[in-house]
This record gives sequence, structure tokens and C-alpha cells, in this order.
Amino acid sequence: MENIKVLKGGEFLITESSAKDVFIPEEFNEEQKMILGMCQDFLKQEVHPYLERIDSMEPGLMRSLVAKSGEMGLLGISVPEEYGGFGQPFVTSMIASDELGAGYSYAVAFSAHTGIGTLPILYYGTEEQKQKYLPKLASGEWVGSYCLTEPNAGSDANSGRTKAVLSEDGKNYILNGQKMWITNGGFADVLTVFAKIDNDKILSAFIVDRNYPGITFNPEEKKLGIKGSSTVQIFFNDCVVPVENLLGKRGEGFRIALNILHIGRIKLGANVLGASRTAISESVKYANERKQFGNFISNFGAIKYKLGEQVIRMFAAETALYRTSKYVDDTISFNIANGMDRVKAYMDALGEYAMEAAILKVLGSEALDYIVDEAVQIHGGMGYSAEMAVERGYRDSRINRIFEGTNEINRLVATDTLLKHAKKCDSVVFGIGKSVFEQIDSNNESSTSYSDYFEKKHFYIRQLKKAVLLILNRAYDAVGKQFNIEQEIMMSISDMSIQAYAAESVVLRVEKLKSIKSEADFSVYADICDVHTYETSNKLFKAGMDAINSFAQNDEYIKLKKGLQQLTSIEPVNIKEARRRIANKLIEDNVYKF
Amino acid sequence: MKILVCISNVPDTTTKIKFLNNNTTFDSAGVQWIINPWDELALTRAIELKEAHAGAIENITVVNIGPPTTEPTIRKALAIGADNAIRINLDPKDAYSVALQLSEIIKKDSFDIILCGIESSDYNGTSVGGMLSELLDYPSVSAVSFIDIDGDQLKLKREIDGGQEIIGISTPFIGIVQKGIAKDARIPNMRGIMMAKTKPLQVVEPVSTDLYTDFVSFDYPKAKAACKKVDPENVKELVNLLHNEAKVI
Ligand SMILES: Cc1cc2nc3c(=O)[nH]c(=O)nc-3n(C[C@H](O)[C@H](O)[C@H](O)COP(=O)(O)OP(=O)(O)OC[C@H]3O[C@@H](n4cnc5c(N)ncnc54)[C@H](O)[C@@H]3O)c2cc1C
Repeated sequence: MENIKVLKGGEFLITESSAKDVFIPEEFNEEQKMILGMCQDFLKQEVHPYLERIDSMEPGLMRSLVAKSGEMGLLGISVPEEYGGFGQPFVTSMIASDELGAGYSYAVAFSAHTGIGTLPILYYGTEEQKQKYLPKLASGEWVGSYCLTEPNAGSDANSGRTKAVLSEDGKNYILNGQKMWITNGGFADVLTVFAKIDNDKILSAFIVDRNYPGITFNPEEKKLGIKGSSTVQIFFNDCVVPVENLLGKRGEGFRIALNILHIGRIKLGANVLGASRTAISESVKYANERKQFGNFISNFGAIKYKLGEQVIRMFAAETALYRTSKYVDDTISFNIANGMDRVKAYMDALGEYAMEAAILKVLGSEALDYIVDEAVQIHGGMGYSAEMAVERGYRDSRINRIFEGTNEINRLVATDTLLKHAKKCDSVVFGIGKSVFEQIDSNNESSTSYSDYFEKKHFYIRQLKKAVLLILNRAYDAVGKQFNIEQEIMMSISDMSIQAYAAESVVLRVEKLKSIKSEADFSVYADICDVHTYETSNKLFKAGMDAINSFAQNDEYIKLKKGLQQLTSIEPVNIKEARRRIANKLIEDNVYKF
Repeated sequence: MKILVCISNVPDTTTKIKFLNNNTTFDSAGVQWIINPWDELALTRAIELKEAHAGAIENITVVNIGPPTTEPTIRKALAIGADNAIRINLDPKDAYSVALQLSEIIKKDSFDIILCGIESSDYNGTSVGGMLSELLDYPSVSAVSFIDIDGDQLKLKREIDGGQEIIGISTPFIGIVQKGIAKDARIPNMRGIMMAKTKPLQVVEPVSTDLYTDFVSFDYPKAKAACKKVDPENVKELVNLLHNEAKVI
């Protein structure tokens, strides 16, 4: 741990990281690798043979899978030992979410249970509440769910109308209202329900047992994908909840909801990885078997492009996810070492990386959507057939851009959080943007002054970050207080931040891999790094231009465009050949093995 | 009763096999290692026996002959449920050296049931079990697909042509097991994984052995020839091809 620099939330934009400071999947320890293998074996034995039956919602099947996961200990990874769990680091819980993410609908049930279903009680419960609920949630005896969304309160979660009123004898809260889209709702035993007490403006949270009087459940929703995952509406009609089941303090519910969402977002960023790897492996297997025009289709450049690009996007999302997860762990350790209690240490760490969490959610879910889309395309007509795994993968992917905060909300959160950081340390964040702007006409720094491969890459990354700060600064100057309603600009800046974070993460991982891999094995990672840097620079340029075209005019426009061009220009690389080499490794391995 | 399960550390079955030094050495770079699938099933069955006959089986030991790099595989066996492990510190060159090292361990400690897989998925030599039986002068049963405790004896089944052979045997003996010995390999659970590092893993230095095997070279299997399609009407052509090209009739 010595000399490792742990970045703070959003700090990546203003501070340079070096390869030794980032954690990469190649550094999983032996136990983590065993857990990874356990998750793969679990899916192979218990989930993958039954996907049809799971999707047809065979009664009791998903419930029994959650119970089996409990027997394996999978539900207790993040739960401390004193409550029947294993108290594992954050990274380890992300490894499980990542691998089990290949479990289609099961992955959603697992994620909802271990994340939003269990964590509110773990982090905000009283000792009695924790003793009562956590051991049974960790063992799978009880299933958890999280009831925030209402028919009229989705993204605007705090606008919910579910009400809680104290009974006359002061012993119970009486809940009335309706919740919607509740994952695991069909069989959950424990519901974390958000409602407003009396005329409060802010939500409170309650732990509600399924068998309390006054709860009714609608039948299962019919959905586009994740058909095997239970999703129901729940009605509370004078539902009687003992006062001791208030979770956290009165009015603390919205904060609980938001903090739990930070974790949910990173967890989703992990979940999509398992699904992505599966879709890539399915794609290459098919491409290696399907012949047209006398050739395996994996020999065609157009298909190689898709395979290569699938790998690159997967690799980037994975890299950013584990980099951030380790920051979370290190911050938790740091907090605890500095006397914070464990719960607070966790909450503080997760709040710290709110911007990164939003980035990972968007980056991961959109990578998966690209990957499953091309997986279907590579399968041609067969991709459209319900017989093929990629058809299910395609449908199941789509939800990830909607739940845990839609990608629009997450993009707004990313820029909003960045702006908060900027306002807190005005001189630094805005200062860099300002000085970059001032130097546009006199700037003659160029990548040609670096000869070393990674020094050049680091230069590009510095430039990309400057581009983000330049646009943030000028846009904020231009629109000022209107910033929050100029969502298009916020979205563009968010896209720039996402690209910058991904680009840097990939460069740092690949740099670290140089000392781990043999020269022969390493070269394909340099290809990934080359193409990814090229792609992100271009995407960042486009997003930046979208922003400039929305707020700048005349001289300022010309100057900003020039600046953006300087900051996003990279030296030529033969991306066609590089992508082909990446695809060729995939084609040779016939499975995702990067 | 005490059970010893011999486990071999083998490349994951999806590994692309490559050789070095003029095709004389296996290239282990980047290889993912696993417990030999037959051994993993043997271990699974041993654990099932221990669970089903409370008290009858007091201990399950796993033994592996290999360099320190095989320890993750050994710890996985501990995570699955073995009680303790022995690693004989030697990179074994052939079946004889494996059998000899194993026999030394078994002579030192008394095991009642010794299980090993009928083959290992790396070199598929199918000879360690038999050699071990010879070296120890223990009875052995090969191709065992079922094992259970039956009073103070063990009941074994083996698949034979057109049926099954059922055998009663007393300890000590060597069971050389076939894949049906357990349905699925047991997946280690979180508790097992956490406990694995606390279970004893003893490292034993090997006895010296002569080497009777010299690897001259390895060869890759021939690439599959392309399919030839024959018109269903053209039986003559088919017969001709089977005679003269495939040379099977
Ligand atoms: C299968 C499934 C499972 C779910 N599981 C759960 C669960 O277990 N528990 C739970 O509480 N909820 C759950 N949800 C609900 C989910 O979190 C919400 O659907 C999601 O937050 C979006 O809310 P909404 O559906 O009301 O859409 P809306 O909020 O109505 O959004 C509609 C569109 O408007 C956009 N939009 C909304 N507000 C803004 C804004 N301020 N600026 C810009 N654009 C905006 C959105 O991005 C979206 O594109 C689940 C949903 C589904 C479909």
C-alpha cells in the first residue's frame, strides 16, 4: 500500500495518475480468483441449464436459486461476519457481481437482493434491525427488495406520495400508497419502503415484512427482457408497520436512497461485464463456425471490426470499474484507520465517488448495449432467433440503461458532481480551464516531443482532460446559473468526462500490463490502447464540439474549436490493422480471454 | 477411516496447447490450471461419503506432486472440502515418479481408501493407479463409477461391457475412478474458500527416483480434413472413396 496515490472523487480530471496507482483485474488475489471461479461454476451448474424455465417464471425456481446462492455464501460477501456474512472487500463483491452478471435474469435477482435489497439495512439499520434481518438475508432464507419507484415518481424519486402516519397509540406507522417496478417483489420477504411521514417534504425509509397486514401484490409485469426476473407493483392499504421498523432517522430516506444508488451504479457497472464477456464469446464462436462465400465470417474485415470493437469496449468498462472499486476500498480503509466507524467509512467512500459511479453506470451499460447489438448482427438472421443466446442477451441488456437511475439522470449527476467539485475548489478546476483557454493561441506543445510510447499516451490523456475542463469552464461562464437547465451541454460535458476517464484507465492498465505480460502477449494490449485512445479522442472531440456549438459564437467559437482540435489530435495509427489483430486473438482463443 | 485423494494439476481444458524447445516441452505461459476433472470428482465423492456416514470417515487428505506453483490448485481442493493437504515438492516427469512419490507418502501414513482418477486430462497416461497398487502391494479396482460404505467393507461398482460389476472390498485399497463417481464436481462455497487458507498444507521433499522416461517430442493432432459430400445417388463414388481414399473398407 505504500506510496500508492488514491484519487478522490472527480480528481482524475485534475491530477495525473501513474500505472502503479491503479488496480487491475490481473491483480486479483488467489481467493478472489477462487470466488470468480465459484461464480462461473455456479452459473454453469445451476443457472445456464435452466434459462428457458427461468424466463417462463416457473413458480419457485428463481426463489430457489436465490436460496442456493445463499448456501454458497454468495449473498453474504459484503455482509460483515457478525451478521452471518463474509465481510469481504468492495472489489471482491464487484468480482461476484461481474461474473454473475452472465446469469441473465438471475443476475438481476442476485443484484437486487444483495445490493438495494440488503444494503439499506446493513448501512442504516439499528443493531436490532441488523441482527434480525441481515443473517437471514445473507443466508438466502429471506429475500430483499427495494421499493422506491412509484407510478408518478421515477427519476424524481423524492416526489413519491406513499404516506406514513403514526397510529394513535404511537406504536405503528400506517402506510398507504403504491410502489411500482419492484424487483424480486413477487417473492421478497423483506421490503425497504420509502414513504413520507405526515406532511414531510422528504422521504423516510421503513423495513416492511411481506406478511404485515395491508399489503397486496399485483401479478408479474410482462417485460421486454429479463423476463425471469420478478417485477411487480405493490399496494399498501393501511399497512401496519411497527415504529421500530423506521430505517434511519425520520426524513433520512432520500439520502439513504441516493447513497444506496451510488453502490447500485457501480454494481451495475460490474454486472454488465459478465454479460458482455458472454455475448462476445457467443459472437466469436458463431463467427468461427458460420461460412458464407466459402469463408468463415470471422475472416471478413467487417466482422473483425465488430469483434475487435466489442473487445475494446468491454476492456475499457472493466478497467474503469476495477480501478474505481479499489479506490472505494482504499478510501474505506483510510477512513477506518482515521477513526471513522465502518458504516460511515463506507458511506463516505461511496459518496466520494458519486461522479465515477455515474460514469461507470453509463459507460458499462452502453458498452453492453453495443456488444449485444453487434452480437446479434454477427449472428445475422440467427441472431433474431429465440434459439440463440444472443437474442436473450440483447433483450436483457436494455434495462441497464433504465434502472439504477436512467443514463440521462446519471449523465446529469456526473456533470453536476463535477461542477460541485469545481465550485468547492474554484481555483483549481476552473483555473485549469481558464488557463487552457488563454493559451490556445500560443500553445505549441505537441505529442511529437515525446518518443516513449506511454509518455505519448500520458500526454494525450492530459490533453483530453484539459479539453473537458476547458469546455466546462467556458460553458459555465457562458450559461452560468442556467447551467442546470442546459441539459444538452451538461450531457456533452458528461460524455467528455466519461471518455477521459475510460481513456486514462485503459492507458494505465496497459502500461501496468507491460511489466506483467510477455512481449508477445503484450502487443495486442498496445493495440487495444491505440484504438481506444483514437476512439475516445474522437468521441471527446465530437462531444466538445456539440457543446461549443450550443453556447459559443464568433471569435470564442473559433478559438474553442481550435483549442479542442489541438487537445484531441493524435498521431496516425492504423486502426484497421490494430482492430484486426485484437479480433484475431479473440478468433484464435474462440472465447473472450483478455 | 482415512481417505487420500490424489490430485493432479492440469491445464484448463480450453487451453490452446503449445510446445517449446523443438516440441519437447509444454509451454505453460498464460495457462489456467485446474484440478484434474477425474480427481475433482473423486474428491467430491469422498466428501459426500464423509457427510453421509457421520463418524465413519475421520479425515480426507489431498496429495499433489508439484512445484510451489500448484498450491492454488491444492488450496482449491481444500476449499472444496478436503481437511488437509500434502504437496510433494517435485515437478514430476512421468507416471512412475508420481506413483513412487505417492507410495512413499502412503507408507508413512496409514490411509484406508486411496482414490485417484483413471487418467489426467494433460497426458492421459492412465497408469498411476495401477503402478501405485503394485508399489504398495495394495489391491486396486479400476474404472470405479460408484463407491459407498457397506458395513466395514466398501461397495464399488464398475462399468463392464453390457452391465455392471459390483465389488465388495476391504481396506486398504486403491480406487481408480471413472467420471460417474460423482454427478457434478462440488463447487467450493464462500466458507470453504475462506477456510482453505487456515487448513494445513504440508510440503514434503521427494525421495530420489530414477527417470525412466525421455520425451523425444510432441506432435499436434492432424488438422481435420475437410468434409467431402457425395451425391446420395452416387453410391459407387462413395464406395470408391471409402476404399481408396479413407481406406476404411
Ligand atoms: C425491470 C425494472 C426493474 C426495476 N426495479 C426497481 C426496484 O427494484 N426498485 C425501485 O424502486 N425501482 C425499480 N425500477 C424503477 C426504475 O428505477 C425507474 O424505472 C427509473 O428510475 C426511471 O423512472 P421512470 O420509469 O419513472 O421514468 P421517468 O422518470 O418518467 O423517465 C422517463 C424519461 O425521462 C427522462 N428524464 C426524467 N427526468 C429527467 C430529467 N430531470 N432530466 C432529463 N431527463 C429526464 C428519463 O431519463 C427517461 O428517459 C425498475 C424498473 C424496471 C423497468
